[in-house]
Amino acid sequence: MEYKVVLEAFEGPLDLLMHLIEKEKVDIYDIPIAKITDQYIDYIKTMQNIDLDMTSEFLVMAATLLEIKSKMLLPASNREDEQLEMEEIDPREELVKRLIEYKKFKMAAENLKVKGDIQSKVFFKHKEELEEFMEQDSFELEKIDFKELLLAYANILNKSKDDTKEIKLAEIQRDELTIEECMGDLESIIKQKKKIRFDELFNENMTKIKVVVTFLSILELIKLKIIKVVQEQNFGEIIIKSNNSRNEK
Amino acid sequence: MDIREIKSIIEALLFTWGDPLSLEDIMDVIELDKKSLNEIITEMMDDFNFNRRGVQIIRVNDRYQLSTRPEHFEWIKKLCTPRVNKTLSGAALETLSIIAYKQPITKAEVEIIRGVKCDKALNTLIEKNLIREIGRLEKTGKPIIYGTTDDFLKCFGLPTLEALPILEVDNTEEIEEFDNTK
Repeated sequence: MEYKVVLEAFEGPLDLLMHLIEKEKVDIYDIPIAKITDQYIDYIKTMQNIDLDMTSEFLVMAATLLEIKSKMLLPASNREDEQLEMEEIDPREELVKRLIEYKKFKMAAENLKVKGDIQSKVFFKHKEELEEFMEQDSFELEKIDFKELLLAYANILNKSKDDTKEIKLAEIQRDELTIEECMGDLESIIKQKKKIRFDELFNENMTKIKVVVTFLSILELIKLKIIKVVQEQNFGEIIIKSNNSRNEK
Repeated sequence: MDIREIKSIIEALLFTWGDPLSLEDIMDVIELDKKSLNEIITEMMDDFNFNRRGVQIIRVNDRYQLSTRPEHFEWIKKLCTPRVNKTLSGAALETLSIIAYKQPITKAEVEIIRGVKCDKALNTLIEKNLIREIGRLEKTGKPIIYGTTDDFLKCFGLPTLEALPILEVDNTEEIEEFDNTK
């Protein structure tokens, strides 16, 4: 079991061929084709039950080797007359060229590997660390504590008049204000003013329902990514901006 | 501004930025022409090496970055155990070196040289952002042509593509001949 090597050990038929030639210590320009072909085919025999896609390329090479071998076995009939021509077309020539070309890149690959290994021992400072030193003109809603929003909402609710109308049972009330309407209003306000303070949107005369609808509309607009809610500093004002304000800057 | 001051500022910029910083960005900060700035940074790289500083300035095309020195790896390892990057497979390395030297190149051309299919290797290399598609060839099937990225240069410590070691030169003539026949 001389060639009990895993297929992955060779990167392809050329790699295998290279290996055989080097093992035999023969001149690449004068490959003993018969010998190498035998060894090559021996190797392929050990490769059965390996994925076909991969082996097919090895088989093509085996065929090429056999072709060269047979060409070299053919008697050179017109040798006398066309000696010059015969010399030019050594059947191995094409293969040798491919092998040499391949060998160059194999060496280049080894070279790269060495460089890569060295480079992998180098460390960089990551840029992300910079974030916390950067001036932040805004921070996203995700960073606002939910409690803060709730508190802001509670403040407004307290400010607005408590106008709990007596609701007669069995009477269905028409929505005074729909969220869709309110969203439209908010959008146009924000488009006009570019940014607006959260508490500006509410005033003392607002009904409870209006407050609720307005608040829900804000949430909806955030969800739709139409507006952006930012707080410039802890416990600061909550500012509502149009979401593309950043790009406009 | 005297040159020592400029160098000092550049060092501060590189430290702060961490990521590769382009010459243009440095130029915006220090109002100096490209050529002088280039010279100064090259001088700084020499200074760093001469003084055996713990950090070095590396260049990737026209961007600069601070890094530790590879020879200090053993010491850093004593401080912490860094995760070592998984190295590339032989197939990927071969494919990568063919692309590096022969770019722009198509998959078929790589496969002719290697004598094997190399879809898997190509995918790995693209995933690792070492190579990228740089266009398509104006011929049947519009095959994709590949080239290396800046990350490739950085990973292998090359300032530019020109810094790739010269391929073994003997037999170049024969190889050109071979190219023509294909």
